[in-house]
Amino acid sequence: MTGTLTLLRFHLRRDRLMLTWWVLGGVLLYYSQAVSTDSLYATQAELDRAARGIKSNVAFIAMAGPARALDTIGGQVAWQAAAFGAVVAGLMSMFLVVRHTRAEEENGRDELVRAAVVGRYAPVAAAALVVVVANVLLGSLVAASLLSYGLPGAGSWALGLAAALAGLVFGAVALVAVQVAEGSRAAVGMTCAAIAVAYLLRAVGDTGDGALSWLSPIGWGQSMRPYADESWRPALLSVAAVVVLAAVAVRLLDRRDLGSGLWATRPGPGRGRLGSSWGLAWRLQRGSVVGWLVGLLLGGLAFGSIGDDVGDLVGDSSFSQDVFAQGGGSIVDSFYATLAVMLGLLAAGFTISSVLRLRGEESDHFAELLLSTGLSRRRWAVSHLAVAVIGTVAVVAAGALGLGLGFALVTGDVGTAATFAAAASAYVVPALVLGGVTTLAWSLRSAWARAGWVLLVFGLVVLLFGATLQLPGWLMDLSPFNALALVPAESFSPGPWIGQAVLVAVLGIAGIAALERRDID
Amino acid sequence: MDTVIDVSGLVKRFGRSTALDGLDLRVPAGEVHGFLGPNGSGKSTTIRVLLGLLRADGGAVSLFGRDPWRDAAELHRRLAYVPGDVDLWPNLSGGEIIDLLGRLRGGLDESRRADLVERFELDPTKKARTYSKGNRQKVALVAALAADVELLILDEPTSGLDPLMEAVFTDCVDELKDAGRSVLLSSHILAEVERLCDTVSIIRAGRTVESGTLADLRHLTRTSITAELAATPTGLERLEGVHDLAVQGVRATFEVDTVHLGDALAALGGFGVRSLTSRPPTLEELFLRHYSAEDPA
Repeated sequence: MTGTLTLLRFHLRRDRLMLTWWVLGGVLLYYSQAVSTDSLYATQAELDRAARGIKSNVAFIAMAGPARALDTIGGQVAWQAAAFGAVVAGLMSMFLVVRHTRAEEENGRDELVRAAVVGRYAPVAAAALVVVVANVLLGSLVAASLLSYGLPGAGSWALGLAAALAGLVFGAVALVAVQVAEGSRAAVGMTCAAIAVAYLLRAVGDTGDGALSWLSPIGWGQSMRPYADESWRPALLSVAAVVVLAAVAVRLLDRRDLGSGLWATRPGPGRGRLGSSWGLAWRLQRGSVVGWLVGLLLGGLAFGSIGDDVGDLVGDSSFSQDVFAQGGGSIVDSFYATLAVMLGLLAAGFTISSVLRLRGEESDHFAELLLSTGLSRRRWAVSHLAVAVIGTVAVVAAGALGLGLGFALVTGDVGTAATFAAAASAYVVPALVLGGVTTLAWSLRSAWARAGWVLLVFGLVVLLFGATLQLPGWLMDLSPFNALALVPAESFSPGPWIGQAVLVAVLGIAGIAALERRDID
Repeated sequence: MDTVIDVSGLVKRFGRSTALDGLDLRVPAGEVHGFLGPNGSGKSTTIRVLLGLLRADGGAVSLFGRDPWRDAAELHRRLAYVPGDVDLWPNLSGGEIIDLLGRLRGGLDESRRADLVERFELDPTKKARTYSKGNRQKVALVAALAADVELLILDEPTSGLDPLMEAVFTDCVDELKDAGRSVLLSSHILAEVERLCDTVSIIRAGRTVESGTLADLRHLTRTSITAELAATPTGLERLEGVHDLAVQGVRATFEVDTVHLGDALAALGGFGVRSLTSRPPTLEELFLRHYSAEDPA
């Protein structure tokens, strides 16, 4: 264990920015629920109405958790944030563990560290301690922020503790995964799968008799009943899980070679069928395309299954009117018009990350090797952009399909469901505009490639806070999502839509032209 | 004889720093050309300009008589490249990558591919993530050597190979030479350069400081002489081109510029030579002189 504390200090120094953002983001997730619940529901009567609405909607329960004390601000915060907060804490812990174990072994830095006076278990102990520090920080700041908002003490501490414990459990899962998996990416995949299974178990459990929720670390946190007559015993389950998993991880560590997992990498084919940049682009991106497809389909289903009793949920406060009644029309129409934009923004996340694969190929020096063959820059770029475009169409379609399907299943109103699905599919074009901006920015200068993400965040801000902040119309229309009519609350106007489609083509062509004029890293 | 690579006065800047400052490089067809220089002298940058990955800021660059920036993809069908640091897609197998690169170059020679995989003792079914640096280099080497191309551009291709594999590589380059291919070989391994290259260019701080056959270059350097004479020598220090002279009784050791070797020997003859050893300059000394020189000019 020699050197553990030195390594811990070193890790914390390297991670200080990343940790700040994760913890800040996590705290904001909880705190913002308190603020938004207060601003959504102006009176206790509205809150009571919303509580009844949520309780009677299985989709809501499945998405967030069991309905407890929903007629209080604290109960609402716990219900809305506990499951997602546990996921955020889990992801944070996972990235920290992988970053300081297998990722270090893969890039060779671990060897450098181990050559110094460092005990065999020091690197793994330091990684675990970073996770402990991060989760203690997250949990106590969540509790402190909710206390400062004026929520009850016991509930706030229970909620913070639940978040921290979930982070620790998933961190311990990641610690086992890095001993077993063939590489750091596979370890990330395994841990994400564990988090997804935990989420699903509690979703199924919460909508049924609750038995399955007791198999889920996320469920354990919710069983602590923050703000609803707290019970502290379930915390022991989490602690026990952490201890057992950590012990397993140490055992496995003794049995594997550094740099490889217990499960050896399976050999691939000795001969390849890949023969073109198209095949390669698809091969490199197919995993992410399928992941986003499933994600958007599930997201659409979740949105759609809210059904048509959205009036109670939305409330009458000015904030909810600003967000969900944009464009006028019936409350159901405007609610779904807003959700359609949300799906489009999510899909744009795929578009941008897919285009950025080009940047990744460049910075990993794969492009250098490829472009030294008969492959031209244009063909190389176009093959990845083709995956981005076709993938975006598919991902948006999956989201729209999910939305329509969910709505139709809950309400039986197929006609309206089709209208909502059609409204959501229109956002394929603004999503592609963000992809086009990303393409052009990266083509002009590799360092500018993140411009698309900035525009995505801007689009989200405009959608959620544009009306509240009373941003000028021209500024809001800089987000291509805002520049389109809010169908079905407003009627579809083809002009801006076609204009944006043309813009996509222009951005793509300009991007490729720019790429042919700059140095490749 | 055709010129495959013809670079003159090449300038490349990155922001405010100048990476290449008037570099010259000429490789005639059918020649193995050594490309030498200290770390950071601009070897890889030059190669990347030749590949059309970087755009020249000045000077003339021609590859097969054409502009590598404008006609990159077309020209690349006639060459194969092995980068200094070979990075490969971690989830593709070595075999898949060899075949992909081969097809993108316009096909590779099947029997040569099989032969090379065997000679380099490469397991093509392993995923690239599990390859060591040397094995990644072998993947790129097999892909390049199995391609039916006129020119190979190799950037320190043996830096991760063990001595056995280095020998295999040396044989492969000999075969290329016999087949009339051209090779631009950037390397730090002097024995390798001496063994393989017909001509060399030495660059320093982005400029070519020496270029020609190894024999030419030796001519520009000094020969070490140790002589035992019948009488104590005098006046040797006044000879042109003599350096580091040390006289101990009848024994004299000094270095002499190779162009003045004849004069020095004639002078020694006057004192009656009993024994004489002369050591020609090693390539090592040649490099060290250029690598450590304060002023490249």
